[in-house]
Amino acid sequence: MISVKYIGVRFGRRDVIDDVSFELSDGEIVALLGPNGAGKTTLIRALNSTVSISSGEIFLGGNSIFTMSRREIARQIAVVAQENETKFPITVLEFVLAGRFIHGGALGWETESDIAIARRALQDCDLAQFADRSMNELSGGERQRVVLARALATGANVLLLDEPTANLDLAHQAMMFRLVRERCRSCKASAVVITHDLNLAAEFADRILLLNGGRLFALGYPNEVLTAENINTVFGVNVLLDKNPASHNPRVTTLF
Amino acid sequence: MLIALTVALAFGSERLSLFHLSKEQQAILFDIRMPRVFLAACVGASLAAAGAGLQALLRNPLAEPYLLGVSNGAALGTMLAFVLFENLELARPVMAFLGAIASTVVVYQMAKGRAGMTVERLVLSGVIVTTFLSSIIVLFTSLLDAAKLRSFTFWLLGDLSQATRNGVYLCLAAAVVGTVILVSQARALNLMMIGERDALDFGVEVSRVRLFVFGAGALLVGASVAASGSVGYVGLIVPHLVRMATGSDNRSVIPFSALAGASFVVLADMVARVAIAPRELPVGAITALVGAPLFIYLLRRS
Repeated sequence: MISVKYIGVRFGRRDVIDDVSFELSDGEIVALLGPNGAGKTTLIRALNSTVSISSGEIFLGGNSIFTMSRREIARQIAVVAQENETKFPITVLEFVLAGRFIHGGALGWETESDIAIARRALQDCDLAQFADRSMNELSGGERQRVVLARALATGANVLLLDEPTANLDLAHQAMMFRLVRERCRSCKASAVVITHDLNLAAEFADRILLLNGGRLFALGYPNEVLTAENINTVFGVNVLLDKNPASHNPRVTTLF
Repeated sequence: MLIALTVALAFGSERLSLFHLSKEQQAILFDIRMPRVFLAACVGASLAAAGAGLQALLRNPLAEPYLLGVSNGAALGTMLAFVLFENLELARPVMAFLGAIASTVVVYQMAKGRAGMTVERLVLSGVIVTTFLSSIIVLFTSLLDAAKLRSFTFWLLGDLSQATRNGVYLCLAAAVVGTVILVSQARALNLMMIGERDALDFGVEVSRVRLFVFGAGALLVGASVAASGSVGYVGLIVPHLVRMATGSDNRSVIPFSALAGASFVVLADMVARVAIAPRELPVGAITALVGAPLFIYLLRRS
């Protein structure tokens, strides 16, 4: 699905990403972990070409990303990022309908089906009752869920999520990841999720990519990558590793 | 808008009944007043549409052609045409358009930083260019003799009394072309209003949209300023009011702003003609007198 080969990203004289390669298969969730400044957001933005790579290649569904237009890329990749404050009044439904832009003509009005898809996405995210409210009436967490709904509404089969659970309460953190996994299982979509929550990553990710200083430190199954030694080296923190008694996935406990 | 047009046609320094016209009154209606009223409509539509487009593009409800140096560039162009090619009527709109384009390009280039162009840099560059051009214009005017000075100052404040048939056609053409271009970008602008990064993420060719919107804006403002000087506040207030009525979807806001802007300037011009008849007020003064307090009121409400 996405094939990343030896990519590097340079800002000025600094190599923000250096020699990173990996493959993302259909239906797979990869958690992208690493300390602040490791280059996680930059890597995500390189994947959808909003940041240019200075070396290496990226292939999307077999085609090189350099040959694709913004529209073609947006058809296949949807992004869930931190939401900006909107200066103009816009309703939740209008916000989510922006995700259907690539499916319509430049002048076209949204079709019945566009609206139905948008409403469905809102419903999946437990936001159906907010459809006609203005975005700035919602709380930070609710707005973040609207951002996810917009990405789901695009119908893209690659989702890139940049700390999607940052402002969410416990219930909605779990809901967010469950929704992503649902989408991946049912539509064979794939997802790359940046998160700081190592345990959530261990629960929901098929593989984990650990990034440190712009370089790929480790890539593999959660129980391979999440070791006390790796975590200590990359994050500089001592942790206790055991198994989550319910799911048997690795469980990380920080030792203060 | 049709109501506004009819009203404006009927009133003037001479009251005219629209149905029983003498030869003399016919002349007034068709040769003087009608072109002027239609020009007012075109100028109002152009400025309001340009304002709506720029506000969406810059994600700033306070954006206006003036802020970005476009109007002053056009004014300077017009002045140069007036001074250098006094008798060539076509020179004025052409030089105005060139002036508008040139100032837009300068502002744009100034605003491109290493980290890309932010809205703040753009607005800052616009203000710098506007004030710089303003001073050049003032310098110029101080070189003119008294009579020219008066008429030029009057023009600078917005003067529709120089309306000619050709001027109206030109302005109409610019208004139509410019508004059509803006409407074609309306859906993309909806996304850009949320954020440039969001727009990129969801498939908008941001640099192309910027090009079209700035180009159309320069065309619209250039044509208006060449014909009638600086009519202020239209591009700022009208889209604001339209958004309050129809929401922020640019596919509605841009066309409705054009219509509302046309009505606004037509009515303002009527007041300019009638208020101290037989003398005239500059229409830009009327729009400012109405626009500024309205703007303050809107600011306080938000």
